[in-house]
This record gives sequence, C-alpha cells and structure tokens, in this order.
Amino acid sequence: MDLEREVEDMWKFLFRRTLAMLFTVWVVSIISFAVIQLPPGDYVTTLMSQMVSQGGRELTPEYAEQLRELYGLNESMYVQYGKWITNIIFKGQFGYSFVYKRDAVELITERMPMTFALSMSSFVLVWVIALPIGIYSAVRKYSIGDYIFTFLGFIGLAVPSFLLALILLFVSQKYLGQAMIGLFSQEFADAAWSWDKFVDMLKHLWIPTILIGLGGTAGLIRTMRANLLDELNKPYVETARAKGLSETRLLLKYPVRHALNPFVSTIGWTLPNLVAGEVIVAIVLNLPTSGPVLYRALQSQDMFVAAGFILLLSILTVIGTFISDLLLAVLDPRIRLR
Amino acid sequence: MAQVPLVTDPSIEFADPFDKAEHTQAEVASQWKLMWWKFKRHKMAVVGGIVVLMFYLVALFAEFVAPVHFTSYNETYVYAPPQEIHLLQNGRFSPYVFGYRFERDPASFKKTWFIDESVIIPVGFFVSGEPYKLWGFIPGNWHLFGSKNPEEPFYLLGADKSGRDVFSRIVYSSRISLTVGLAGVTISLLLGILIGGISGLVGGAVDNAIQRLIEILISVPTLPLWLALAAVVPLDWTPVKVYFMITVILSLIGWTGLARVVRSKFLALREEDFILAAILDGVPRSRLIFRHMIPSFLSHIIASVTLAIPGMILGETALSFLGLGLREPVVSWGVMLRETQKVTVLATYPWLLWPAAAVIIVVLALNFLGDGLRDAADPYQ
Repeated sequence: MDLEREVEDMWKFLFRRTLAMLFTVWVVSIISFAVIQLPPGDYVTTLMSQMVSQGGRELTPEYAEQLRELYGLNESMYVQYGKWITNIIFKGQFGYSFVYKRDAVELITERMPMTFALSMSSFVLVWVIALPIGIYSAVRKYSIGDYIFTFLGFIGLAVPSFLLALILLFVSQKYLGQAMIGLFSQEFADAAWSWDKFVDMLKHLWIPTILIGLGGTAGLIRTMRANLLDELNKPYVETARAKGLSETRLLLKYPVRHALNPFVSTIGWTLPNLVAGEVIVAIVLNLPTSGPVLYRALQSQDMFVAAGFILLLSILTVIGTFISDLLLAVLDPRIRLR
Repeated sequence: MAQVPLVTDPSIEFADPFDKAEHTQAEVASQWKLMWWKFKRHKMAVVGGIVVLMFYLVALFAEFVAPVHFTSYNETYVYAPPQEIHLLQNGRFSPYVFGYRFERDPASFKKTWFIDESVIIPVGFFVSGEPYKLWGFIPGNWHLFGSKNPEEPFYLLGADKSGRDVFSRIVYSSRISLTVGLAGVTISLLLGILIGGISGLVGGAVDNAIQRLIEILISVPTLPLWLALAAVVPLDWTPVKVYFMITVILSLIGWTGLARVVRSKFLALREEDFILAAILDGVPRSRLIFRHMIPSFLSHIIASVTLAIPGMILGETALSFLGLGLREPVVSWGVMLRETQKVTVLATYPWLLWPAAAVIIVVLALNFLGDGLRDAADPYQ
C-alpha cells in the first residue's frame, strides 16, 4: 500500500475514464447529428422556403451554394458529419439559426450558462435536502418522521416538475396577482449585467431551482435511506458502539461515509433527470435558459440549433458523470482497481 | 434457497408455534402464494393496486362512466364552472346540482358564470342519456351517473373552451394515457429481455459493448431527445400512427433499465445450484431459459415493469402538453393540459387543471404498487 502505487493507480483510472468519456461524447455527437438528418429536405431548402414564406430577402443561389459548401450538404452523410463536428471543435461554429437569424453559437453562449447555473443549483439543493433527510429516515426507521418523508418523497416522484410549475403559476397568479415567470424583474430583463441584476436573479432563481430539484430529491432520499440501513446492521457499528463512541460521531464517521459511495454514483442518473427537468420547467416558466430555445428550434425544425443544444446538454451530463466517477474513486480506493 | 425460512406474516397466525398443521402451510406454500402474503402486508401497495385497477376499469368502460362523449360540445356553456353535487333535498337523499346563469360583459362580450340556486337539476346513478357504442359496437345509452334530464347541463368538473365536459374528457383520455404506458412498456420489455438476456448469457465482449451502449443512452437527458424525435413526426400523420410513434419513442430509451435488471438476474442465476443441475441434466438452452430461469425472476420483471409505466405516462403527458406528442382531436391528459399553458387561461379557469390530478393519482398509485411488488418479489427474504 505504498503511496507511489496508489498514485499510479489513480492515473491509470483517470486515463481509462477519460477515454470512456470521450467515446461517450463521440456517440452522443452522432445521436445529435442524426437529429439534423431526420426531417425531410436539407437545411438550405428549409432556410430558403422559410425566407420566401416570410417575404424577406430571398436567398441568392450563390449564397445557397456557399452554405451547401460550408456544411457539405452535397456530400455523403459521413462527410457531412465530419464537417459538422470539425466546425464545432476547431471553429466553434454550430451552424446558423434560421428562426433567430443569427449564428447558433451566439444563442448557445447566451443560454447555456443559465442552464448550467440552474442545473447546478438544483443539484446542490437536491443533495443538501436528500442527505440529512435520508440519514434521519434510516436512523429513525418507521418513525412518524420517516413515514412523512417517505410519503412526501413518493409525491415528489409522482408529480412531474412541469405540473408543479403549472400549479405554482396558478397559485401565484391567483393570490399574488402576478405570475412568477422568467428569471428577472421587468426592469432588469434587458439591462446589462450588474450587481443589482444578479441579486434580482437570485430572488427569482430559487423557485425553478426547487421545482426542478424536487423530483430528484425523492429518489435520492430513498437511496440514502436504503444504503444506510444496510450499513447500520453491520457488526462494526456494534463494535464502535460498544467502545463507547458517541452516537453522532459513530454515525457520521463510519456508516454514513460508507453509505455515501453508492450515493455519489447516483449523480450519473440524477444529472440527466435534472437537465431534462430544467428544459421543461424552463418552457413552462419561460426562463432565459436553453429549454425554450430548444423547444422553438424543434417546433420550427431549426435543426442546427436543436442539435447543438442536445449535444451540449448531453455533454453536460456526461461530464457530471465523469466527475462523479472521480469523486467515487477518491472516496473508495477499491474502485480504481476495477 | 433450499430451506424456506419461517414466514413472519401476521396474517398467518400460529395458534401454537409447534402446531404442525399450521406450520406446514407456510412451508409448502408456493412461491406465488408467499409473494401474495407478503404483498398483502404492504397496505399502501394494496391501495395502490386497487386504485390502478379502478383507473383501468374506467378506461375500459369509458363510454359508460362518462356522462357524455368527449367530443360532445355545447357552445352555450363555454367555460362553465364546476357544479357542486348536493346530496340531500329536504332531508331526503336526492342528489342535485344548481343550474347556471350568466352575465355578458357589454364591452368584451365575455360571459361571467354564476351558479343559479333557483334552478335545481336532479342527478342520479344509472341514468339514460347520450347514446353510445361501447368499444365501438355495443350500443347503449346507460351512464354510470348524470343529470336525469339529458337536456340539462351537468358539468362535474366544469367545461372547456368549446363547452365540452372536462370530466368526460378525462375519462376518455385515460384510454390513451394509460395504454401508452402499457404499450411502451411492452416494447421496452421485449427489447430489455432480448438485449439484457444476450448480455447476461453471452457475456464477454458482447456484454461489455451492450453495457457501454446502455451507459451512453442513460447519460443522454431523456426529454430533449424525446422532444427531438417527436418533433420529427410529420404533422399530417393519422392519430394512430402518431400514437404508435410516441410509444416507440418512449420505449427507445425505456428499455435500458429493464435490460439491466434482466442481465443482473441472468448473471446471478448462472451461479445457482439448480441451474447447474439443469445444465448437468442436459437440458437444452431454450428450455433452460424459459422453464428454469425466466420463472424464477418473472416476479422481479413484473415489479420493474410496474415501476416503468409511470415514467411512460409522464413522458406522454409532457410531450402532448408541449404540443409535440398527440394532438387534437385525440384526447389524452397531456393534450387536455395543453390548454392550461397560458397563465391567464389557467388563472381564470383553474378547473382545466383537473387532468393533472388524474396523472398524479395514477402515477402515485403505480409507484406504490410497484414498490410493494418489488418487496414481495423476494418472499424468502
């Protein structure tokens, strides 16, 4: 158990996981690209018909040809995929949005940070709520508190976040006279970033955060409770108790630490759920995140924008899973060896 | 596994712990019987099961349960509010609802509805009303309940923008909303058993590849992908085709969880003595799988399936709510909720949110049922 070998193990593990992550990102990029290819016709024909129907300036044949050239639409699928992905990786070009008449990359850089902030804050909230409640439910098994949390947990699982958002809209409109829509008050909506705007955002942020986080919390409470219950019956807990360790110290130092391992690995499936929840809650509450843009893009078959967002949202969750794997490896050295 | 431990089931009362006859009852009981005993102890699961059963019965007999057909409209009663049922009249049991009166805003021509307490509309069970064809071919006009005079308005949960009965629409919607889950789960189950079974039985590189594929599919956020796939469904498709497409889309991602369960069960069973015995006996592979392996984890599969249905129901609701799933004239809970997307509509006509209650109740019940089934699936624990 010398340190040198442990460090070497860690590097090997890191290398393996990074390779696996890159592979996953590659497959995800193929799935996202397939989304562009699904609707009939190509991007340029859609763009042309769109411009004609809106009575705007017509696309010149030269420009159309130029666009086809840029994205290689005259070539085979493989070449098209290659061009699309190299444009993204080396030029940061995600294509053109014919709904917003802008570069897709602008839309993405505008919306993704908010999505990221919202998903992360929901994620932190989920953990902050689920961890202590899970521990409580396990230690006080079958107590009234445990039953209440179990019941609330089930409701949290059963009520989808967009229905909660709808109910919240109704309640806020009915009793506060104003629907809680958006992330900013009116005076800040179009203002440049400032400290006041930031504070204003925080005041609005907690509502969607709770709405998105609630579903995930229920699942995690149950996971934590089950993990800890398995540990609490083990002989080492009894030994520690016999040695006269205080209950709190005993609980937090051994069984909780042990039960945390499977808990950490749940990041892998909570994160995609949170991102999915973010998308639909954002559509209902009209938040300035990726949800509404993705929704509009899909409805009007603005496929480059849609594919870009799906790719980035997926990468966000893949990176989250990667981080959870690393955390797990730090917490539990046995995992590195597998 | 060979020795059946004592079942600690309060429903089997041992008058005397050494009573031989009572004792053997638990020892010789079949696996399914043990599971039933264990399931019965889980009260919430039993309640959940009953609720689920009722929902499916309502869906089956929708024509009979709903007072009117889901397309019946009456432009007089656009956005009429729900009527409260009063049970007693002059101290006798004779249920009735009050009628409506409205005032028209002179400027906007918008109707404002009031409950008119001077008009009494008697309602009752098993009334004859709008004629229907049960399942499309059995004619009838008996309804579970409704107003005694079919001409009088009866809107238990209010009316929508065309003056259609919200309650009747919820009842008919359950047909679509509840079967999307079943159909989707069936497709995922077939895929899951096939792929998970191959993964668990063949092992090695194949297993590795399938596991990686599942990991990748799980790491893609479901909703954006569903949205993307649903957005591609052409607008001019027939409702049946769209319905089928939506179930396929839902199960494309749903099979992964079931495949994992099946695989882990196959892996665990490979080590069991009775499987080894069967192999040594020279049992052919197909018989080994269908006669020995599948029956021993069928209960787990049933539990996983029950827990997978709610996700499908919610998926369909979300897609239809966003207008990317089923569309009018097909009616599902998600399609109905689509009307509540505008905050002003929602605030003025809050009863349009009732389909959400149906979604929540049925999903909750399925979760409880599945949880109980999962616990009961291993009666020897």
